[in-house]
Amino acid sequence: MAEETPWQQALRYANRANPYPFYTELRKTPVARQPDGTYVVSTYREIVTLLHDPRVSSDVRKLPSRAPAPAAAEPGAEPITEAVIELEPNIITCDPPEHDHDRRMMTRHFFGPADAPHQISDLEPDIRRIVAGLLDGMRGKTRIDVVDEFAYPLPVTLICKILGVPLEDEPRFHAWIETALDALDFGPEAASEEMRSRLAGARRSVKELAQFMAGLLEQYAERPGPGMLSAMVHDGGPDGRMSKGVLASNAVLLLFAGHETTVNLIAHSVLTLLRHPEALEELRRRPELIVPAVEELLRFESSVQFWHTRSAVEDIDIAGTTIPAGSPIFLVYGSANRDPQRFENPDQLDLQRPDNQHLGFSQGIHYCFGAPLARLEVQVAVDEFVRRVENPRLVTDPPPYRHNQIFRGPRHVLVDIDGIRD
Amino acid sequence: MRIVVDLNRCQGYAQCVYLAHEVFRLTGTEALTYDPNPDDARRLQVERAAAACPVQAIMIDRLDGAERGARS
Amino acid sequence: MTLVATLAELVSDFRANGRIVIVGASLAGLRAAEALREEGFSGSLTIIGDEPYEPYDRPPLSKQVLKGWMPAEHTLLPRFREVDAQWRLGVAATGLDRVARQVRLADGDQIPYHRLLIATGTRARPWPNPAEAALEGVFALRSRDDAARLQQALATRPSRVLVIGGGFIGSEVASVCRELDIPVTLTERGPAPLVGALGGVIGEIAAQMQRDHGVDLRCGVSVSSLEGDAAGHVRRARLSDGTTIEVDVVLAALGSIRNVEWLQGSGLAAGPWGVGCDAGGRAFDINGVVTDSVYVAGDVARMPHVLYEYQFLAMEHWDNAVFGAEVAAHNMVNLEPHYRPHLLLPGFWSGQFGVNIKSVGVPPFGDEIIFTQGSVKDRSFAAAYGRRGRIVAAVTFDHGKWLEYYARLIEQSAPFPPPPPGWDRPDIMKPVPAEFPAPGVPTAIPDVVLTGHDPNERRAEFRPRGH
Repeated sequence: MAEETPWQQALRYANRANPYPFYTELRKTPVARQPDGTYVVSTYREIVTLLHDPRVSSDVRKLPSRAPAPAAAEPGAEPITEAVIELEPNIITCDPPEHDHDRRMMTRHFFGPADAPHQISDLEPDIRRIVAGLLDGMRGKTRIDVVDEFAYPLPVTLICKILGVPLEDEPRFHAWIETALDALDFGPEAASEEMRSRLAGARRSVKELAQFMAGLLEQYAERPGPGMLSAMVHDGGPDGRMSKGVLASNAVLLLFAGHETTVNLIAHSVLTLLRHPEALEELRRRPELIVPAVEELLRFESSVQFWHTRSAVEDIDIAGTTIPAGSPIFLVYGSANRDPQRFENPDQLDLQRPDNQHLGFSQGIHYCFGAPLARLEVQVAVDEFVRRVENPRLVTDPPPYRHNQIFRGPRHVLVDIDGIRD
Repeated sequence: MRIVVDLNRCQGYAQCVYLAHEVFRLTGTEALTYDPNPDDARRLQVERAAAACPVQAIMIDRLDGAERGARS
Repeated sequence: MTLVATLAELVSDFRANGRIVIVGASLAGLRAAEALREEGFSGSLTIIGDEPYEPYDRPPLSKQVLKGWMPAEHTLLPRFREVDAQWRLGVAATGLDRVARQVRLADGDQIPYHRLLIATGTRARPWPNPAEAALEGVFALRSRDDAARLQQALATRPSRVLVIGGGFIGSEVASVCRELDIPVTLTERGPAPLVGALGGVIGEIAAQMQRDHGVDLRCGVSVSSLEGDAAGHVRRARLSDGTTIEVDVVLAALGSIRNVEWLQGSGLAAGPWGVGCDAGGRAFDINGVVTDSVYVAGDVARMPHVLYEYQFLAMEHWDNAVFGAEVAAHNMVNLEPHYRPHLLLPGFWSGQFGVNIKSVGVPPFGDEIIFTQGSVKDRSFAAAYGRRGRIVAAVTFDHGKWLEYYARLIEQSAPFPPPPPGWDRPDIMKPVPAEFPAPGVPTAIPDVVLTGHDPNERRAEFRPRGH
């Protein structure tokens, strides 16, 4: 059996807590062809170049089947990807002009009217209230799980409110999303018995989530309700109506991406600060540093480690390599954000890092749709955590990680505390 | 406070508009206009907007009125 | 002491005790001053500006200020570091004596320098008939005061505004008028607005955009005269096609004039084209020989550009002011081999009629254009300019996120037409003539004549026209 490539090693579950040494290896070949024909791009400059290259498609329907490779040895993630493809494309998985049109419409409903898009910044008091409540709830405890008790409840509560998804349905959609995420694997372990057995359940979960969303949209079509989904169902505005399928697909995306990535970001932020006591102390002393600090945390532990739906529509010459038309392209943001060619001492945490133009939210037309919401949530959450939690100490380091490679994050972060300040 | 946006760099991500819509505005979908000398009360919002800019096009005064020489 | 050591000592002595004068207190002047201090220059620094204001940013003047969203005084530029300079604001430089190394000021002062940076920029070309230009209601737009006056005039809701000239300033002002729901007529001598900067193909799109927004656009005509009422307020414009328009506000948007008059007699290569300099910002003297003590940056500089066949270009753009100033400042306090070239890929933007127009490269250098992405009908597209089979510029309408792709192609002298995009292809993808007007015959440019017979005496000198 051939030796595993740095990329394959980075994807192994055992390396989830620290894929960075493998990224360092990976960057020695900025555009690296993998045995399955995928081109993995790991350096900052090349990723930014491809993000602005109109010969790169994000449309999964244009994603060709992988280059010839023995199916058993390289099963990749086709089954789950296919399940996603069965949905109509959402804004991450389609190209202009559909993308531009759909995103414009969603922008109007998510952020508010073009002349004063205030809806997300208006949420700050809600964010503060929810965060305060979560921290209050930790009073009297000596050990907390930052993921379950802090990082998860905040974004999920907010995205439900914004979209108009009943919070009572959270246990159901949470289970579907977890099942689907745990089955997605792009690495050598995809072939394992364990991972293969997860696939059927995952496909069912994706389907159920889509049906749930379609049902909710149906309900709003009959009877308008609060939130963005209902508004979109009834929008006959300048960009016209979205088809039911596209709407459902984007609703699933908003619900999922609207919290999963933020959970990981909050959890990673707390984890990273606890690993860097001097940074934690700096932030405690100078709370105004929270704004640049969150940018550094986004760079340091990016919530979306890579993205997998792009492909070359034409031959593309880049960094001495030609990516042949039809090849899948993976952009490894997590590696670009640690690229020493772009960031000085990239493995050091510097809350006041100058010129921190990281790719934590990507760049180009697919720049993270919910970035302003995520930033506000994480700024408030981390700021309050630092201010109020007394003497937090990590219980296990590294903590256990979730299986997913794209949406990389700890499953639990247990922390011992001395108390909660007012 | 004083700011300037390098509109050559700006690609119209509008992150600043969503975080500080009293200071930054879009005309249409991409053309950004802004108040180059916003009220000091908006400092936090403006700093958030500057930090969030995906192409780091928003630059904030680093003197904060410290130098009086040519400030009348 | 070795020669190298002596030179190093000279540089460090100059950095500690030298005298630098910057003429021009706008974007380029300010950024140059900051860059000088950043470079470690701790000697004496004087900044001279003819306007009474500290440095401010001009692009907002024709947009948000005119719209009345904020006052003109809200345009002061942020400072990135202390410059510890003597500011001589509100007094113009009127002369340069390169032998005595002094700048003469309007108030009679003489400011000595070891090194000088010329960053005097441009001013608006006024309406050519002085009596008509003096009518109340006739404006130009370049400075903060200009913008404040025009904004006040627009706030009185004039019955009609006449904009003379369809360049970027004229088009932006017409756009603001329509946003304020003020009737506006725009006259353009050429076949379409923006034709000088972006060519006739894009100009035609801009023309349609203006008409769709209710601008009374009249191309191929000029304004013959302006007429005032008894009180001296402009009321009427006569056009070259014989028609007349009733107006109460007129903006002459006729382009710019470079502020070089104060350099007359200085022996520098200064004229209506600007001040000639090398790509490091070092000014040329009248003979085309580079000087060691005079530097140029910003709108007034004209320098050779490697990407454009070493042609001398004046880049009247914001980024040119910033980067040109930084390069000139660096070179003012360094010696060979530490000189830095100003290798800017120029870019500009203009917000008008709700559309963000951006460009990179030098469009008029191209002779063909091809639409590469998006839809002309939706005014959301990218197009590339080519010349002799290579890409030299690009323009986008609301497609700014793609512009850096084209910038990279231009930097690499990539083939034209560029490869087609993978999606969102325009209906027609075929290069067509870009339709730039033939370079007009410049007026009032003095002849340059050669004098002297002995090679040692051979020099160039200006012989102003009409003498």
